[in-house]
Amino acid sequence: MNLVAGGIAWILDPANWQGAGSIPVRIGQHLLLSLVVLAIASAIALPAGAVIGHTGRGKQLVVMVSGGLRALPTLGVLTLFGLWLGIGLAAPVISLVILAVPPLLAGAYAGFEAVDRRTIDAARAMGMREREIVGGVELPLGLPIIVGGVRSAALQIIATATLAAYVADVGLGRPIFQGLKTRDYGEMLGGSILVILLALLVDGAFALAQRLVVPAGVRATRTRELRSRPARPRTAVGRPIHEGNRQ
Amino acid sequence: MIEFRGVSKRFPDGTLAVSGVDIVIPPRKTTVLVGSSGSGKTTLLRMINRMVDATDGQVLIDGTDVSTLEPVALRRSIGYVMQNSGLLPHRKVIDNVATVPMLRGVRKREAHAAALELLDTVGLDRSLAGKYPSQLSGGQQQRVGVARGLAVDPNILLMDEPFGAVDPIVRSELQQELLRLQGELGKTVVFVTHDIDEAFLLGDQVVIMQQGGRISQAASPAEILANPADDFVADFVGADRGKRLLHLREVDGRQLVVDDDGRAAGVLAS
Repeated sequence: MNLVAGGIAWILDPANWQGAGSIPVRIGQHLLLSLVVLAIASAIALPAGAVIGHTGRGKQLVVMVSGGLRALPTLGVLTLFGLWLGIGLAAPVISLVILAVPPLLAGAYAGFEAVDRRTIDAARAMGMREREIVGGVELPLGLPIIVGGVRSAALQIIATATLAAYVADVGLGRPIFQGLKTRDYGEMLGGSILVILLALLVDGAFALAQRLVVPAGVRATRTRELRSRPARPRTAVGRPIHEGNRQ
Repeated sequence: MIEFRGVSKRFPDGTLAVSGVDIVIPPRKTTVLVGSSGSGKTTLLRMINRMVDATDGQVLIDGTDVSTLEPVALRRSIGYVMQNSGLLPHRKVIDNVATVPMLRGVRKREAHAAALELLDTVGLDRSLAGKYPSQLSGGQQQRVGVARGLAVDPNILLMDEPFGAVDPIVRSELQQELLRLQGELGKTVVFVTHDIDEAFLLGDQVVIMQQGGRISQAASPAEILANPADDFVADFVGADRGKRLLHLREVDGRQLVVDDDGRAAGVLAS
């Protein structure tokens, strides 16, 4: 039997597009969960990364926190919080936030850090206040890298949010776990394919956003550089921060 | 008038960048701080707008100790031009020039109108207003930097090696332009350079600094050449050799001026 065909057949089966646990509902739950996690993690990591990148103080903290958190296996964390907090969304949300903080923190820090010190010095010397420098100079110039961090985090959250189904009846992990239990590999693979498609779509959207946030004046330089040095790949701006996806 | 009274600066790492500096910078004149790298000239300049705070002594502007002034307000009242222009790469030329006036609450329309006039002042075509800094040549960027420094109509203009990164032809153009501007505007200009020729060309007063942030001599270019304070100054300005030691030589009935190496420097006017 062709497994992939079975998976696609499961996705295309009209019976799976209706009712309480239908595919659209699962996709909606998956996206909503991912969005909530991304929002919480961003609210924690982005301001922290901005402060550290702006002041240059606490670089070791970034390395330690992002390295340390990254070493945690999400499934293990989820099991721990699941045993503590019980069935429901609390445990997966906390576990996914822990997963998402490192790339967000690193992206925000790197974005602020990447801005030319001379530009910042000039801004300060002509009398910009610190918050004006943060908002008017560092944020717009560092945004492509910061969005890169968000992109990386979003990809990991969406891929890993399948684990939510381990302790809650939520998201596209549900058909995967259910298929595993009932040996319905079509259902299992169908769920996986949907997660993959969702991750690719969101990643593509962020890739586009990352290009759009490159400031016009910076883009003008870049095209000129590209013309004179066609063999080189694009600058660091516009590339996601690569990180492993541990579960 | 800017006055340094016994000013020293020791950085946290222990380096003494400026040591016991006493000097008066006269108003509406150009004072050039010149010295090799590590002589503390940039540190001295940055003490005027509190980008660096003195560890000892006082810096006074028109009798007011700058340490009693709020740094941001002080900086907004002083023009600052740096090497590599320091323009904000994500803002158009006109927005760069209008940045500080708009931070001070001038409305956009008025700030932009004033910025366009400033482009005229520094000899830039108004069509460049909508371009980004990266689309301009080095010399043009530097002119925008000067326009931005003038945007708040400051009494004091600080220039930190502003022409250090442009080629010699453009540099000479910019120097002449600065002389013209200074003739029209009469600002108190404090200019930092490591180029003694630039210092002599632009400076009404030239301050020669040596390692460890001490002032060797502060005087007009003519005085320095006529009366170098010590061997360091004589050596630094090259008063007794090379292209500064000039001789007369008669060639075909005309009086030529030649330097110490025998190269023709010019013709003596009769």
